[in-house]
Amino acid sequence: MSDLARKLSADLAPVPRSWLPRRLLTGLGAGLAVSIVLVLAILGPRPDMGPAMHSMMFWAKLIYPLSLAAIAALAAERLARPAASAAMRLIWLPVPLMLVAVLALIAFLFAPPAMHEQMLVGHSARLCPFLVLAAALPPLAGLVWAMRGFAPTRLRETGFVIGLAAGGAGAFAYAWHCNETGAPFLAIWYSLGMAAAAFLGWLSGPRLLRW
Amino acid sequence: MQTPEADLRTLMLAGLAGDGAAYRLLLETLQAQLGGYFRRRLAGDVSEVDDLVQETLIAIHTRRGTFDRSLPFTAWAYAIARHKLIDHFRRRGRVAGVPVEDSGLFASDDSHSVDARLDIERALATLPPATRALIADIKLKELTNAEAAEARGMSETAVKVAVHRGLKKVAAYFGVQPEKRP
Repeated sequence: MSDLARKLSADLAPVPRSWLPRRLLTGLGAGLAVSIVLVLAILGPRPDMGPAMHSMMFWAKLIYPLSLAAIAALAAERLARPAASAAMRLIWLPVPLMLVAVLALIAFLFAPPAMHEQMLVGHSARLCPFLVLAAALPPLAGLVWAMRGFAPTRLRETGFVIGLAAGGAGAFAYAWHCNETGAPFLAIWYSLGMAAAAFLGWLSGPRLLRW
Repeated sequence: MQTPEADLRTLMLAGLAGDGAAYRLLLETLQAQLGGYFRRRLAGDVSEVDDLVQETLIAIHTRRGTFDRSLPFTAWAYAIARHKLIDHFRRRGRVAGVPVEDSGLFASDDSHSVDARLDIERALATLPPATRALIADIKLKELTNAEAAEARGMSETAVKVAVHRGLKKVAAYFGVQPEKRP
């Protein structure tokens, strides 16, 4: 027993302050890279990539998930520490949600009624949330790996937060394939896919993150 | 008795910078303190105390990068110990006072009673051992002042004064939170 302190302190490596955020970003980044490669290889990039880059919706579909992923990752950085609370970091969550909701509402109200159904369901509403969820799995795996080296004590909350970060990363990857152009579509189906990823994290957190 | 927060914190910061000797002293100190921590909470399970101390010490070591250098060290170390203790209760299926699952999305895993107990123990740890024993006798075991005085071989007045001063100090401990750092 008294050996333990000696063993653990032998060949002690210094731990830089950046150790935790770097490990978290490594997990998220590696998972996101895998996700983007898989989306481009299996589903393919959207055929109208060139002209689409000049539209606001192309960027909105990237920035909205990315902002949610960033807020969730910041919260995860907090929850990676024992007995910590992420409430102060999650208060930013409503900002992108509200912005996209307002954007969708404006687009919807100013469109002719004949366009409404097309705006809400596009041509891929049935698939979109599932593909977002599938694209969220590699980042979720990366984040679970990172988190298992940390010391979270609120496993459900931590699972939710890394699920949301993975959902945001997955939606970001999927947006390179998706050629939907409606803001209401983004507000509904992307959000649903990301929420599903967050829910998956919430469900599996206590089991996956146990230490 | 307990090594003050400031000393442990200094050792931890040195350890994070790669100072093996300081780090070893830290782990040895924690090992002794954690033994007491778990023994008090696992009455009768003496064989399991060593396992938990060892598990906690290893977790503290492998997860030392999760210590936030702007926060108190003992709170971090004991949060890990408490997590290991709760996990131990869960594994054993003995859940008295400790919820099995968190009750909601943003609920804490840790029972508030454990938190409160930990805080009180930390406050009591700042008192001289004799005073601490007296407070335990009178406030926890509910002895009368006279009984406690007899048990400790003191005068009843001395017991009253010591307990009064001790409780005042405990109150002051909670009044000056977050704890003073150098």
